[in-house]
Amino acid sequence: MFLIDCPWCGPRQQTEFHCQGEAHIARPKDPDALSDEEWANYVFNRTNPKGVHFERWVHNHGCRRWFNVARDTVTDRILAIYRMGEKRPKVKS
Amino acid sequence: MSKYSIFSLARNALSYHEDWQRAWRSPDPKPEYDIIVIGGGGHGLGTAYYLAKEFGYKNVALLEKGWLGGGNTGRNTTIVRSNYLWDESAALYEHALKLWEGLSQELNFNVMFSQRGVMNLAHNLHDWRELNRRVHAIRLNGIDSEILTAAQVKKEAPIFNVSPDSRYPIMGASIQRRGGTARHDAVAWGYARAADARGVDIIQNCEVTGLTIRNGKIEGVETTRGAIRAKRVGVVVAGHSSVLADMAGFRMPVESNPLQALVSDPIKPVLDCVVMSSAVHVYVSQSDKGELVIGAGSDLHVSYSQRGSFDIVEGIMGALCELVPMVSRLKMMRQWGGIVDVTPDRSPIIGKTPIDGLFVNCGWGTGGFKATPGSAHVFAATLAKGEPHRLAEPFALDRFHSGRLIDEAGAAAVAH
Ligand SMILES: Cc1cc2nc3c(=O)[nH]c(=O)nc-3n(C[C@H](O)[C@H](O)[C@H](O)COP(=O)(O)OP(=O)(O)OC[C@H]3O[C@@H](n4cnc5c(N)ncnc54)[C@H](O)[C@@H]3O)c2cc1C
Ligand SMILES: [Zn+2]
Repeated sequence: MFLIDCPWCGPRQQTEFHCQGEAHIARPKDPDALSDEEWANYVFNRTNPKGVHFERWVHNHGCRRWFNVARDTVTDRILAIYRMGEKRPKVKS
Repeated sequence: MSKYSIFSLARNALSYHEDWQRAWRSPDPKPEYDIIVIGGGGHGLGTAYYLAKEFGYKNVALLEKGWLGGGNTGRNTTIVRSNYLWDESAALYEHALKLWEGLSQELNFNVMFSQRGVMNLAHNLHDWRELNRRVHAIRLNGIDSEILTAAQVKKEAPIFNVSPDSRYPIMGASIQRRGGTARHDAVAWGYARAADARGVDIIQNCEVTGLTIRNGKIEGVETTRGAIRAKRVGVVVAGHSSVLADMAGFRMPVESNPLQALVSDPIKPVLDCVVMSSAVHVYVSQSDKGELVIGAGSDLHVSYSQRGSFDIVEGIMGALCELVPMVSRLKMMRQWGGIVDVTPDRSPIIGKTPIDGLFVNCGWGTGGFKATPGSAHVFAATLAKGEPHRLAEPFALDRFHSGRLIDEAGAAAVAH
């Protein structure tokens, strides 16, 4: 369990939040042009790294807003917190 | 390998049990093998064993980065059952259960398989209807499955509170009497010893750090103990499957999450079957030492930390105190986590990968211990022939783009 620094509410317990999985998965621009393999890659395949993971969290028992987190999946240390739509920050684990 | 028996026990008693032969060798890796199996959990060790025993392979290595059974095999709550909803799952898990029934004899190693029965509770009308549907579907597949009323649940498991005005009232349950538990370490050790006796090189403290691939074909592995060539490689690394896939340059529909369990202090026998509740996500049995073995839920974020969140423990213990009031008097002695490899449909992935000669067996997630012998057997067949075993075929990686998912997530909600 860890503390998460909500960009709007400040540091709160992890139990107030919900992790919504890998961030920066862009919806295909031209869905009709996708092959079944490409669809599967978009819908199901995940990076699941041992190391830095860029992921979405929502403060569902607080302000209910979404944001992105860069976290080391080995130590659970949070390396950066940034807003939806922003680019991946450069972080070192 | 000398056979374990009452006579070997007597013979070794004469030398104060100081001269027991080592259960397996500890060889240095050879430069080349026909087949390398990566991962020394039950599934990997079993695969190596069946490759040697059923398919006549003499030149096989098993590489484990730590010690045998140190992954999820040695961290799980050991529930074994085969009452899965979909035909594909039922066939695979029942294949495993049949192998469990003869495993101690087969391996000459007591895996302490105990068919004490596995009960699944229903707490509300929806649970109850779903449970009835499942019981009948399972019976149509020829797998034993019964329905118990609340009164029968009370008789089988008296420590449970079946009062209708309890927090989680029990409407009834399903039970698979052929289900039960086994000793997890013994499964790893038994397979290791039997595989070693048939010539498999079991190499511990040997982490695979890279895969050698040329023109889309596997040629070997890089390890912390040097490069080793191989014609075929099988990856059986559970929570680390994505890490190995990344070495080969592809991604999989797998995420790694912490899953926790805990045990109480040992008490006199109070529970002689396994009881599970999907709705409150509790499962409990009593070990031969007397500890209550309690499984909790998984964290929903990706993690390789082998450490779950405390609120999961709090949640499960709260629910268990309601279901089994006497638990409030117990102390919890140990708690631990494993990293489980979860797929979108909660079914495993067994078979080919985009790399020629590289095969994968993963995605067993929160519930693969029960499948150990079956998974190992069908994966050995797949590695031996280079083509999927009949029972493994539906579990191929390509189901995620063909759309033929085997949705045990929706079917079982929880898959221990
Ligand atoms: C708390 C908990 C409770 C569970 N309860 C149940 C239950 O009641 N019933 C049930 O059926 N299932 C249960 N499971 C799931 C079950 O434990 C697993 O599905 C099963 O044990 C997986 O076995 P395995 O051999 O595939 O993986 P593991 O036993 O995890 O073995 C994989 C091995 O690969 C090794 N490895 C990883 N990377 C490398 C590398 N690069 N090089 C070399 N080696 C590597 C690891 O060290 C590890 O030893 C539970 C799991 C947990 C964590
Ligand atoms: Zn907030």
